[in-house]
Amino acid sequence: MKTENKAVDINRSIGDFHYKVDYAKDAGSGLSEKTIHYISDAKEDPDWVREFRLRGLKTFLEKPLPTHWASKDLEAIDFDKIRYYLASGDAAKRTWEEVPEDIKRTFERLGIPEQERKFLAGVEAQFDSEAVYSNIKKAVGEQGVIFVGSTEGLKNHPDIFRKWFGKVIPIADNKFSALNAAVFSGGSFIYVPPGVKVKHPLQAYFRINAENFGQFERTLIIADEGSEVTYMEGCTAPKFETTTLHSAVVELVALKGAKIQYITVQNWSANVFNLVTKRGLAHEDAEIKWIDCNIGSRLTMKYPGVVLKGRKARGEVLSIALANNGQHQDTGAKMIHAADETTSNIISKSISIGTGRATYRGLVHVPKHLKNCKNTDTYPAITVRGTGNAVQHEASVSQVSAEQIFYMQQRGLTEAQAMSLSVNGFVNDLVRQFPMEYSVELKRLIELEMEGSVG
Amino acid sequence: MNELRVENLHVAIGDQQIVRGLSLAVPRGEVHAIMGPNGSGKSTLAKVMAGHPDYQVIKGKITMDGEDLLALEPDDRARNGLFLAFQYPSEVPGVTIANFLRAALAARLPEGEELEATEYYARLYEKMELLGMDRSFTSRAVNEGFSGGEKKRTEILQLAMLEPKYAVLDETDSGLDIDALKTVAHGVNSLRGSKIGILLITHYQRILNYIVPDHVHVMVQGRIVRSGGKDLALELEERGYDWARDGATEPVLTR
Repeated sequence: MKTENKAVDINRSIGDFHYKVDYAKDAGSGLSEKTIHYISDAKEDPDWVREFRLRGLKTFLEKPLPTHWASKDLEAIDFDKIRYYLASGDAAKRTWEEVPEDIKRTFERLGIPEQERKFLAGVEAQFDSEAVYSNIKKAVGEQGVIFVGSTEGLKNHPDIFRKWFGKVIPIADNKFSALNAAVFSGGSFIYVPPGVKVKHPLQAYFRINAENFGQFERTLIIADEGSEVTYMEGCTAPKFETTTLHSAVVELVALKGAKIQYITVQNWSANVFNLVTKRGLAHEDAEIKWIDCNIGSRLTMKYPGVVLKGRKARGEVLSIALANNGQHQDTGAKMIHAADETTSNIISKSISIGTGRATYRGLVHVPKHLKNCKNTDTYPAITVRGTGNAVQHEASVSQVSAEQIFYMQQRGLTEAQAMSLSVNGFVNDLVRQFPMEYSVELKRLIELEMEGSVG
Repeated sequence: MNELRVENLHVAIGDQQIVRGLSLAVPRGEVHAIMGPNGSGKSTLAKVMAGHPDYQVIKGKITMDGEDLLALEPDDRARNGLFLAFQYPSEVPGVTIANFLRAALAARLPEGEELEATEYYARLYEKMELLGMDRSFTSRAVNEGFSGGEKKRTEILQLAMLEPKYAVLDETDSGLDIDALKTVAHGVNSLRGSKIGILLITHYQRILNYIVPDHVHVMVQGRIVRSGGKDLALELEERGYDWARDGATEPVLTR
């Protein structure tokens, strides 16, 4: 198989295609107990998972849409029209050769197998509801690292899985975490044994192929004492006229002294509602870092958080949101200080273009009884009680001004080039902290987004 | 005809007319100075030439080597060979001078061609030396946190790197101390030659001691009221803009 030699490249135009696929397993449209049982039967869920799902459904139906604080645009989601589970019925493959041709072609067009060869320690590729491929490099597997889909995780590693599943983000956390609990499928399960430092990133790639589809992956990452892991997720969907829903739940657990870095570069098409709950639990001296880049989608609501549970735990969120015409990026971060000497840092940069809206919501909670906690938040909503805790507030808001664009055009750059360079410059100090491959990718995504935004 | 030519130009911003029937021609190979008091419309002229979107051209023409500039977007004008050194250059946070200039040069290459990095840096360092700029400057973000003098030097550095056919320098001398002024003038003088026409816009005569113009024009209330050789600047310095303004109502004798 001949492949072009190019850098990481997951761009919108590349993602805008889909194949007609025959799904052996299809839960149909709409959501009821019947849907839950269909999914549980199809996935051969253990009883506790089926019960977990049913509780999720009940909570989802009870909770109202959060439109008292969030966008009314949520009302445009027609939950009865969404298809909640679509899969081939096959288990995830360990080699690309075994993956069905159409699906393999999809991921080849997105450049995944090539990236895997180049710089990744492991890859999981999800196509609609289920992982179609998951594999880690032999050396990494031999260290005892587990990297499989959530379905496989809960079946083959029930002891570790069940201990943490749903503990960081309870079913009733919010309406969409409840929905995810009801119909979750796919996503990654990762376990890194004590002291193991996974040198290269593990990557998951989430691909929506079907129209009117809801993708509800569920990811659980456990880094045992003193271990380190970097996980990266990429996402694309073709551009459909109808709405598509992506509602994931991601739970991270960093045990004593462990480090988890979680990178998202999302590139959804403009018909996707992206409503995601992400939270990490950092034990003593552990570190959790979220790097979150939100480009595309119709509405994104996402506020990655860290619960700093153990002494000296550290949490960090770096987030970049780019809201182009007609898009709404409602993003932010949460830091819950629950032990002494914990530190957190939030840097968030949002850019809105034309009719695009970027909203930032932040929450930093430091209870009264704690000592020596530190937080820096560029656009904070802070609750601090007690003394001896330092909260720093650095506001740095920059805008792409017409004068700046004119200046750059006068040097010969087109309006799109000027916008792209300007936006890339604005987020540059954050992007520099990314692994190189992803900073290159983000830069390209911004360029493509800007090309589309000027006439 | 190889010249930057303005004919009977009328420009307004909103309801206010700023340039009223201005004509001017700067041939390649010459340096022309426009002198004028505050509010005479000098900077407006510079911005209109470059295509700033805030101004409306009511009447008149601007051509560059015969080509209608007003029909072109600002970036097309720039790539076709027009450079404006801004009086107040914009900051471009997070974009280094090296990357910015590289993007600007790359925008001038035919599609598919790439800039040769070693050559580019060699040229960049050479021009920086000419302007007395430290090499560490290349990694600073464009104009971000720069002093007035640093901004002006950076404008001239860009001019030197982009090699335009015509350069309009808008109050490049303002805010410079005498040493910085000499360095900037040295930089501009080193670029002079048959390939470039320069229009130097200034409020003060001082810079013209260092960049000696071939022609001087006096602009008052949106028009050229007097034109002459380099001595006109000295005469103006001595007699003041009132003299020049009065001259506008007299029959025009000077050329």
